Amino acid sequence: MSLAYYPGCTLKTRARNLEEPAVASMKALGFKLDEVPGWNCCGAVYSLAEDDLIHQVAPVRNLIRVKKQGKTELVTLCAFCLNTLKRANLLMRNDPEKRDTLNDFIDEGIDYRGDVKVVHLLEVLRDEIGWEALSQRVKLPLRGLKAAPYYGCTLLRPREVAIDDVENPTVLGHFLRALGASPVDFPESTRCCGSYQVVSSPDGISEYARPILNSALARGAEALVLTCPLCDYNLGRAQKELAKKQSGFREMPLFYFTQLLGLALGLGPDVCRFELNHGRPESLLSEKGLLSEVESVQPIGG
Amino acid sequence: MTKKGPVTISSKKSRRDFIKKVKELSGQNLQLCYQCGMCTGNCPSATSMDISPRRIIEFARLGLEEDIASSKTVWVCASCLACTVNCPRGFDLSRVMEAIRLLTLRKNVDRVRPEDIPPEERCDLPQIAMVSGLRKFTG
Repeated sequence: MSLAYYPGCTLKTRARNLEEPAVASMKALGFKLDEVPGWNCCGAVYSLAEDDLIHQVAPVRNLIRVKKQGKTELVTLCAFCLNTLKRANLLMRNDPEKRDTLNDFIDEGIDYRGDVKVVHLLEVLRDEIGWEALSQRVKLPLRGLKAAPYYGCTLLRPREVAIDDVENPTVLGHFLRALGASPVDFPESTRCCGSYQVVSSPDGISEYARPILNSALARGAEALVLTCPLCDYNLGRAQKELAKKQSGFREMPLFYFTQLLGLALGLGPDVCRFELNHGRPESLLSEKGLLSEVESVQPIGG
Repeated sequence: MTKKGPVTISSKKSRRDFIKKVKELSGQNLQLCYQCGMCTGNCPSATSMDISPRRIIEFARLGLEEDIASSKTVWVCASCLACTVNCPRGFDLSRVMEAIRLLTLRKNVDRVRPEDIPPEERCDLPQIAMVSGLRKFTG
């Protein structure tokens, strides 16, 4: 089955370790992630001003290209892209006046009405495949891996685009359980990592990250599981700073959820690109016996 | 440092056109807020702000443009929307923060100059950081 897929800019550069295991894993599960032809940057953040329609053009053009691709559903991997595309889509669905203005301006030959469904890959795994079916495809259960799901902001806020319960999300926990891992819940899993503040106040980012990391560590987490390349960057950067500033602070690996999916499906560490991660995840995986075993597992066909 | 002193309200200080612009740009009814402070309580940046999120709403609806313009609060906001989802009144403070940012940025006053970011930092930052940061801090 082919799914329209929007990668976004960062997945093609810094976050290859988010994209590559996702594409390979979905292939193994029988889905082809089919890139939207001619996609452009989504704009990264949704514009919050009433009169700022020009910043809606980039995400809306991508949605129109999904229609031109002949698809009705768009899958995203990056939490930022999901948020921006989904909110722009709701604007086109719910605001006829702005919709007309944007359609007239963009002039792509399609009068777009917000009818593409924008979803995150986690929703495909949960709603189209299902946790039980996913667990049956696992070749290398991630036994003993105490991983804390970190949601951040953009998968869950605002409410109208949330992929799960805003206050008590469970999707990543169910995902990790399906892979055989032991999810570690912690109260700061939806607290902001500092986001784009790293551009204006790079030295302040560790103060956003400190309560998140300390809380996960205190509950026994050995790693964090992420969906967003900016969370990955900020939490990685902050850990390096905190290791210097806070005595006894222990750095922990950061995984993208797609890497753990690929590993559990038996696709091997090369596909997962662990060398791009913060915190040397290979040591932890090796300690859990998850790297030595995987070498003997044959990749499954798709 | 949080500003905790009394706020002086007078017709000399209150800027009605400022109130109108904030309402128009944000699309929010500033009178909805009943000052419960859930926004401040849930804000991960509140400790770095000189005017708390709750007080920003109060200052905005009193038209205290100068106090808001000299505050760093809206520039510390990360648009994480913790305030928005926790507001019992359905008020979207993130849109008011954006409106106040834009009222400065649209005077051609940039808060970040890309050329001031060290080259090694520019190469290191992921695109979503650069694009979103420059969207929020430049006009």
